[in-house]
Amino acid sequence: MTPEVTIRNALMSDFDTILNLDFAGATTDRPAYWRGIFDRFVSTGRTGGFFLVAETGAEVIGFIIGEVRAWEFGSPPCGWVFALGVSPNFRELGIGQRMLKEISLRLKQAGVTTLRTMVDREDKLTLSFFRSQGLRTGRYIELEKPIDVI
Amino acid sequence: MKLQKASLFALYAVLELASDPERQLSATDIADKYGISIHHLAKVLCTLVRSKLIQAVRGAGGGYRFAGVVNRTTLLDVIELFESLESELDTPQLKGRDGEAVVEELQSITREIDDLTRAVLDTVTLDTALKSASLRARLAASAT
Repeated sequence: MTPEVTIRNALMSDFDTILNLDFAGATTDRPAYWRGIFDRFVSTGRTGGFFLVAETGAEVIGFIIGEVRAWEFGSPPCGWVFALGVSPNFRELGIGQRMLKEISLRLKQAGVTTLRTMVDREDKLTLSFFRSQGLRTGRYIELEKPIDVI
Repeated sequence: MKLQKASLFALYAVLELASDPERQLSATDIADKYGISIHHLAKVLCTLVRSKLIQAVRGAGGGYRFAGVVNRTTLLDVIELFESLESELDTPQLKGRDGEAVVEELQSITREIDDLTRAVLDTVTLDTALKSASLRARLAASAT
């Protein structure tokens, strides 16, 4: 059964839960990364940035973060979603869809008309999710190279 | 990228059947709708039955029915029943080692393209493709 879910702004008290919900990597660097994210998006209330959590009862079961980015390589302002997670126990219940819809609304209110994200091509779960929500390969191509030897 | 006819016909058939898993369609129904060769489609349908993506229903009013999982089966799952999606790059008979780096570079570039193609097709489920097609049809209808 689909649980009753509320989408709200993240609070500093969500820190430990979010850290546990972040499956992107369990390296020692992750807490420092998340402290930075909470500093930027929660404690300072950054304009154009949104850090939302999905909650059922008193339990946080998902999160999504996005912000308005503008003029990187000439790109007009767009809404970047750069983090998303849903507890494995609550997947395929529409939680990610609810969070994406809410952050899309907020980004739209902030003045952008395009949503953009970047996902590891091996991460089929997340890629399939975004595709199911209508996202397609965009006009910008991500490029990279190792720079240990220049 | 150019898909082989068999892959394309399989995608038409699977998407058509998956759009309503309760419905049975004959090979003629599908071939007529997409204007494709029934002879070629019949062979494709046999492969799809063997792979358990569709089911053959015998008897009067028989035909084919979708038997897969619509939100788990990707376009790549269907295509790979018929082809490997690897770019064909004939390796030349090099006289010496001079051309090796160029050949390897071209192979590396085609691998990059193949990887991207696979990454796209492997993350579009039948469900996603059908929903996008339905949205596209609604938009087209509202524009006319």
